[in-house]
Amino acid sequence: MKIRDYTLIVAVAAALALVPLVVTSSTVLNFLVFTLLIALAAQGWNILGGYGGQFSFGHAAFFGTGAYATAILQTRYGVNAWAGFAIGIALGALVGWIIGFLTFRTGLKGSYFALVTLAFAEVLRVLANSFALTGGGAGVLIELDVRPENFQFASRAIFYWIALALVIVAMLISRRVETTRFGAQLAAVRENEAAAQALGVDPFWVKMHAITLSAGITAAAGAFYAQYFLFLDSGIAYGAWISVEALLAPIIGGLGTVFGPLLGALVLHGLGELAKYLGGAATGINLAVYGALLILAVAFLPNGVAGLLGRFRKPAPLPEARRAEG
Amino acid sequence: MSLLSPEILLVAVLNGVMVGALYALVAVGLTLIYGVLHIINFAHGALLTLALFAVYLAHSQLGLDPYLAAAPLAVLFFGLGYALQRWIITPASHGEDRNILLVTLGLAIIIQNLLLYLFRSDTRTIDLPYASDVVDLQITFVAMSRLIGLVGSLVVAALLWLFLTRTDTGRAVRAVAKERMGAALQGIDVDHIYAVTFGLGTACLAVAAALLIPNFYVNPRVGEAFVLIAFTIVVLGGMGSVPGALLGGLLIGVVESLGGLLLGESLGQLGIFLIFILVLMFRPQGLFGAKA
Repeated sequence: MKIRDYTLIVAVAAALALVPLVVTSSTVLNFLVFTLLIALAAQGWNILGGYGGQFSFGHAAFFGTGAYATAILQTRYGVNAWAGFAIGIALGALVGWIIGFLTFRTGLKGSYFALVTLAFAEVLRVLANSFALTGGGAGVLIELDVRPENFQFASRAIFYWIALALVIVAMLISRRVETTRFGAQLAAVRENEAAAQALGVDPFWVKMHAITLSAGITAAAGAFYAQYFLFLDSGIAYGAWISVEALLAPIIGGLGTVFGPLLGALVLHGLGELAKYLGGAATGINLAVYGALLILAVAFLPNGVAGLLGRFRKPAPLPEARRAEG
Repeated sequence: MSLLSPEILLVAVLNGVMVGALYALVAVGLTLIYGVLHIINFAHGALLTLALFAVYLAHSQLGLDPYLAAAPLAVLFFGLGYALQRWIITPASHGEDRNILLVTLGLAIIIQNLLLYLFRSDTRTIDLPYASDVVDLQITFVAMSRLIGLVGSLVVAALLWLFLTRTDTGRAVRAVAKERMGAALQGIDVDHIYAVTFGLGTACLAVAAALLIPNFYVNPRVGEAFVLIAFTIVVLGGMGSVPGALLGGLLIGVVESLGGLLLGESLGQLGIFLIFILVLMFRPQGLFGAKA
């Protein structure tokens, strides 16, 4: 591991950490926290979808598991919120492992993989909506009790810093994926699975590793959602909205890049807010803008916004040239 | 349990067949597009929503009966599908499968949310003078409109089959589906045929919407529920197989109806998703054996 590989991330982190010192509007902070939350879910998606080329349409399965686990452990079993947060991430990763095992074992790829992940998320949504454990249709409400040990803070700035810290950790993980042997193998599987296999890479376990890591990161976003909003239902936790957000941000920001998910989330939500401002009170117009951005990005920006800004950092260099260092 | 007397089961199967026929019509459009273009059209559900709104507006604004609106709307939606494929999906996706998936997802998001923006999330229904007409089938009474839905779906599937087997364009569609390069070498305009196929798949939705609406409702998210159901049917019937989609649709309708009876409305849906996952994992070529 070289320090040089991480300097840009650290610089961006330091700059973003200063924002709450300048911005005090709670509306703006709220917007930024939510954007960071989407960026985090998207960082998770990007590990599997961006670096691994396996497009999931069902990352809600992991987001929702992280969120429900955190919420239920606190409300039903009296587990500490921070411990619940960690267990939520672990359970999300476990769900990723299981879905990966079932789908990759049977060789599902491309559009089939996308559809089957969507179906898994829907199964979880229907289950969460039907059982008492998850509060059924009424959802789960975490009791408001603002104390640091409860992972509840009066100040939005603290939530902002926590969300930022999580996003930065996810970026460091992404960067590490880029620079290790695992990342090289993942890129090889993405580019040509048969050729990778011929060179001795085991595509199944490489993808398993990727989906587990990916699910864990997205589950962290779900767990954070639970603590920030203190309310969940099946449509929020396992709804298609988060699966779509998690894939839109990296595709628009730059697939398989460290900064793509964050850039994408900022562009999407920035323009979405602008559309809401211009379009009046009715909902929907901001999401319609997301759809248009997705088509435009696919048509004109194969490397996303990160590719456009590629002057100061090369987009997604395939890591094959790097020596494995760990 | 007296709940499961043969009559009740029979009625549930009958209901399932009538709902399934409409599912089949939605899925036939999807499988046709898959079979020829080899793409998964994620916008299919949103286009169905659009079609339902079109039928609704034709009735509320122009006073047009849904069954009469079916034909002109089918033509309109054929044109819409043709235009989307030819001028948006093809140029935007640079011929890559996964880009097509994303572009059609983008279209779905745009259509669904523009409808949400224009019509809010209110659920609408239309009142038809014949909505309460029933037919006595001895074991049960069946709404006339649902019977029309069943017959209408079968008629459209038959017309589609005649088109594909008996007309020059239909033969060209099948040629492109089988061997794209060979078809192009015979002088067939592949881009045109792709757009025609996408148009046909979309036109099926206009008819399905007209047949659905007397017993159904309209809101901007209504098509979502059909997306996974339609994909399940397509996968079950064998991707690209029109007869497979027809059988798959009826089967899924019955599974949903019986599942709902045995497990309750919300868990009943679970059966569909589980079938979908299991078939994709273990029998991706479909139950009826068409090649994947």
